[in-house]
Amino acid sequence: MSEANPAAPVVIVGAAMGGLRAAESLRRSGYTGAIRVVGDELHAPYNRPPLSKEVLATDVTHEAVAFPSRAEMGDVEWMLGVRASAVDLAARTLTTDDGNVQEWRALVIATGLRARRLDFAPIAGRHVVRSLDDAMALRAELTVGARVVVVGSGFLGCELSATASKLGCSVTIVTPSVEPMIRPLGDLVAKEMRRRLNAEGVEIFSGVTVAAINGGASVESVELSDGRVIEADVVIESVGSDCNIEWLEGSGLDLSDGVLADNAMRAVTADGRARDDVYVVGDIARFPNPMFDDVPRRIEHWNIPTDTGKRAGAVLAAHLADDGSFDDVVAKPFAPMPSFWSNQFEIKLQAYGLLGLVSDDDIRILEGDLADQVAVGYYRDDRLVGVLGVGMKAALLPYRKQIAEGGN
Amino acid sequence: MIKIEVDMNQCQHYGQCVFEAPDNFKLNDDDKLEYVAEAPDSERDNIEAAVDVCPMQAIRIVE
Ligand SMILES: Cc1cc2nc3c(=O)[nH]c(=O)nc-3n(C[C@H](O)[C@H](O)[C@H](O)COP(=O)(O)OP(=O)(O)OC[C@H]3O[C@@H](n4cnc5c(N)ncnc54)[C@H](O)[C@@H]3O)c2cc1C
Repeated sequence: MSEANPAAPVVIVGAAMGGLRAAESLRRSGYTGAIRVVGDELHAPYNRPPLSKEVLATDVTHEAVAFPSRAEMGDVEWMLGVRASAVDLAARTLTTDDGNVQEWRALVIATGLRARRLDFAPIAGRHVVRSLDDAMALRAELTVGARVVVVGSGFLGCELSATASKLGCSVTIVTPSVEPMIRPLGDLVAKEMRRRLNAEGVEIFSGVTVAAINGGASVESVELSDGRVIEADVVIESVGSDCNIEWLEGSGLDLSDGVLADNAMRAVTADGRARDDVYVVGDIARFPNPMFDDVPRRIEHWNIPTDTGKRAGAVLAAHLADDGSFDDVVAKPFAPMPSFWSNQFEIKLQAYGLLGLVSDDDIRILEGDLADQVAVGYYRDDRLVGVLGVGMKAALLPYRKQIAEGGN
Repeated sequence: MIKIEVDMNQCQHYGQCVFEAPDNFKLNDDDKLEYVAEAPDSERDNIEAAVDVCPMQAIRIVE
């Protein structure tokens, strides 16, 4: 491997929240050299959660969701509308789809996820929601009286159902799951969520998949695996996501689920070595969190791009400073609290920890009433590893503390 | 002194700021956000962290 060229920039691939936070953190940690952010979207980094909730319900504009730009970011170079296509970790180069090959001094991987699509012929009326452009295209079709079929019943699918319904559409959820949001929330809470969504007028067909999407110029109906046919003007596919790792194939990094990183967010190669000059942040990063155990996991929650971006920026800045501080910075404890929320109609969910680690027998009501406001505990080996509040916020704080302290 | 502004039309009372800058932000008994609009300069890192973690991006430092 060649020596890194100190005149080359730190290149961050992925110009969204994770990439932005890594760049900010490099600057705040004292790195004053060149930073270039390469991203395939045309928009400067913006906040995605409102795209299925508040902003989708009103007006979808970049201005409504753009992250503020900090003064210290003034000399960061943004290469937007450019897609990374290959990387060479030995030569320290990045190839982009415009044919350019650029040298980097250090690399930050922040390319996140993309929405998975159903495998049917393209037809007008089919949508996914991951990007601002996706949300704009969908918003235009959510007119009063539109018949909307949402495929998938995760958080995103349920939020999109609620928002479409509030906009005056009639909404049906089609899902292979037994209950909505059952994988993260567990059976007890998921059943209650079905009751609440039904009460709001959302129909849920569970245990079925989509067999066909029919129509001429645009969608007319959706055919289910049990033979039922639902008339539809709009189909929203909310069936999970895939990691944007194609540009890293053949690089030698461990890509078994996203990109493997160590607790300092350094990328790990397939033969198990961490690179001091390559970092991974955000949804695509699979990293160990000592709050729970030493198993590396990807966590698709909004706080993770910020926490991992800050961590990666601080460690990388210490590596580049080469002032003897690196080992101390790496050794600093890093155990970010996973945190998510979801709004569906007047249902406000808020959670801390890793709910998905737990089996149905280890989910207990902590306080309140499931049919009203409730705090629910998720236990692993009798330790609290997650807490969910439905319509409860401040009451969760002692449980959050308990999770952070190891769950006892 | 740092001056803080929260757009209360945007704020959804998620309370994430509370963990980052507890001297300035708290959730009251009705789960509504209450905040102190001024902070000493020594709190800058915490206030900036609170700005970052706001799901609605409703918090601003007025420079
Ligand atoms: C509609 C929606 C609602 C959500 N709501 C919530 C919520 O309520 N609560 C919650 O906790 N989380 C929520 N999330 C999840 C949260 O938004 C994500 O965790 C977060 O966006 C991840 O940020 P990221 O920077 O890691 O990745 P991403 O936001 O996926 O950004 C990756 C960027 O890299 C770009 N890119 C990909 N490949 C390349 C390439 N080869 N070259 C150049 N650029 C590339 C992508 O276009 C994108 O701009 C929601 C997500 C969505 C989509």
